[in-house]
Amino acid sequence: MRPKFELLDKPMLERILGEAFELIEDPGVRVAPYVVDLLRGAGITVKDGVAHIPEPLARRLLDLAPRGFCLYHRSGKPAVRYGGDDVHFDPGSSCLNILDPRTQQPRPAMAADLVRLVQVADMLPQYAAQSTAMVCNDVPQDIGDWYRLLLVLWYSGKPVVTGAFTGASLHTLLELVAIESGGAEALRRQPRAVFDVCPSPPLNWSEFASQNLVDLARAGVPAEIVSMPLAGATAPVTLAGSVVQHAAECISGIVIHQLAQPGAPVVWGGAPAIFDMRTGKTPMGAIETVMLDLAGTQVGKYLGLPTHAYLVAGDGRRIDAQVEMESGISAVLGALAGINMISGAGMLDFLACHSIEKLVIDAEAIASAQRLLEGIQPRSESLALDMFAQTGLRADFLRLKDTRTLFRKEQHFPSAVVDRGLAGTDGSPDVLERARQRVEELLSAYERHALPADREHEMITFAQREGKKAGLEGLPGIRALEYAGDRT
Amino acid sequence: MRQSIVDGAADTASSLAQQAVASGVAPLDAINHGYVPGMQDVGEQFAKGQMFLPDMMASAEAMRAAMAVLDPELKKMGAERPPEGVIVLGTTKGDIHEIGKTLVGTLLAAHGFRVHDLGVDVPGEKFAAKARELNADIVGVSALLTTTMRNQRGVVEALEKAGLRSQVKIVVGGAPVTRSWADEIGADGYAKDAMSAVELARELIGRKLQKA
Repeated sequence: MRPKFELLDKPMLERILGEAFELIEDPGVRVAPYVVDLLRGAGITVKDGVAHIPEPLARRLLDLAPRGFCLYHRSGKPAVRYGGDDVHFDPGSSCLNILDPRTQQPRPAMAADLVRLVQVADMLPQYAAQSTAMVCNDVPQDIGDWYRLLLVLWYSGKPVVTGAFTGASLHTLLELVAIESGGAEALRRQPRAVFDVCPSPPLNWSEFASQNLVDLARAGVPAEIVSMPLAGATAPVTLAGSVVQHAAECISGIVIHQLAQPGAPVVWGGAPAIFDMRTGKTPMGAIETVMLDLAGTQVGKYLGLPTHAYLVAGDGRRIDAQVEMESGISAVLGALAGINMISGAGMLDFLACHSIEKLVIDAEAIASAQRLLEGIQPRSESLALDMFAQTGLRADFLRLKDTRTLFRKEQHFPSAVVDRGLAGTDGSPDVLERARQRVEELLSAYERHALPADREHEMITFAQREGKKAGLEGLPGIRALEYAGDRT
Repeated sequence: MRQSIVDGAADTASSLAQQAVASGVAPLDAINHGYVPGMQDVGEQFAKGQMFLPDMMASAEAMRAAMAVLDPELKKMGAERPPEGVIVLGTTKGDIHEIGKTLVGTLLAAHGFRVHDLGVDVPGEKFAAKARELNADIVGVSALLTTTMRNQRGVVEALEKAGLRSQVKIVVGGAPVTRSWADEIGADGYAKDAMSAVELARELIGRKLQKA
């Protein structure tokens, strides 16, 4: 049996959905001009920028959304399976700051920092996907979103959780990932990225978000709806009330998305949080925030849809017991909830800061969660009797063939980031130092797997052309040697 | 009066203001000796963690209810309560989040500042134009997202371009904003929460007056 954790029973799920369907009809959902004709064409009343979506139509469109789909590794292998209870993790995204590895103080993130993070995440099997984790402060703002995707695609073959900052830039990002995939059709057939699209709470699909939903659906590239109710500020203060809003935002997003292209892949996702009534901040490590994530995704799973949530992030400003306690708890709970993609690892300080050292520590929490998901299995014909038949009452299990055969399946062996006494009792460095050493080890072992030469050439030509328009000199984060062949 | 503010009891604050007017209490006395001490209590209790944001919002609403009665009386007498300062507020370009900015605006108004809220998705030039029009003391720029936070720099540049930078103080805030970010973009201040924003506004205007 696979362990599972659920917060809501069926009557509560039905009640939440019932209210969510009521909300999208009345008061309705604010929508942008970009989608008004599309909605009206389906018979939805749109008045003063507010769409009133009837439940039967919404249910029909929800039924059209795929129950699952895959994201692919560059090698062509499925790497992430959205749908069912499959669980995957990726680093958090869009941080402006990084904890400097030397000083452990926050500072603006640069392209070189993102490259290090991507290389480390590429080496860690706990992360099934990459994310466009940081905003590179040494890259002009106008091209920041596609440039960070370029770096991720350049240094890793894992699929990517990404997103555009504007409606217009989505097309540049799609063009880039299509080049890497070998064309738009190849990308549609074997998606390499999922794009986050965020409604503005409460119940508002802005021009930019609406455009992203429609254009992604038509490109056949997966969209991940990231609803972000803030309980008590931009959403009802009760957890149940915020989950209703989360559901209404996801349903209305899927309505727009499926009207644009029925059957296009879409994810029921979110980054909800409570609004801290003392500070006005949005604690990602608060247990109530985690509860919002778990309940919100449970509603999506109840509808049979692929799911996403934002967990494994802590709120302290440095790597310490608080941050890791928060991150570890939510990693385990998210895994037990069977959330398909769990974003957020590596992040701290209310999602304002990334840390590569934290990313490797979080990987250990994730590995534990993944072990937990395997549950307790009957690995031998009898659970214990055969082994007792061999040992009798002697404490001699270490000699048994079964022990030697099965211990690797039963026990997870963490890296040296987790102190299990391998270094002896004297002079074992603290966890931060162990994480630093692990980062360096991973970076030393990292090897970049080049793309086919023609695609690399096209990506670099694309980056140089688009970068030039924004006044970018060179390609920060990409060593000249790595693409020297393209300049001859 | 003081307690009506602490309790966030808008109806009581309003009816006490009406009683004060009816019984000939000078409106300025009611404000300065009745209601303002209530807001001070609220600020102190919030700082100690004994009051929370919803309580503070209710207190600000109660203050507004009292002022809705007392301001017209002051005007009838040809007087007005001198504002603590004039503040132009808004959420930066590309960002449509308003909760933080609205909270700050509500508290500033409750503490006697004249606040002009430009709303959300506001370009730097609009901040500059309104600051010029109102002869503002402070421009406050909010951003919720790491991506839009970078547009706060554009507001600083717009005020510089408009030749207003020496007259207007710039304050930045929002979830991802830090003091070092404020320093980096050349803002005059950063406040970690709405109550600190009120203290910061007082301090900056005090500094400005000293300079003048």
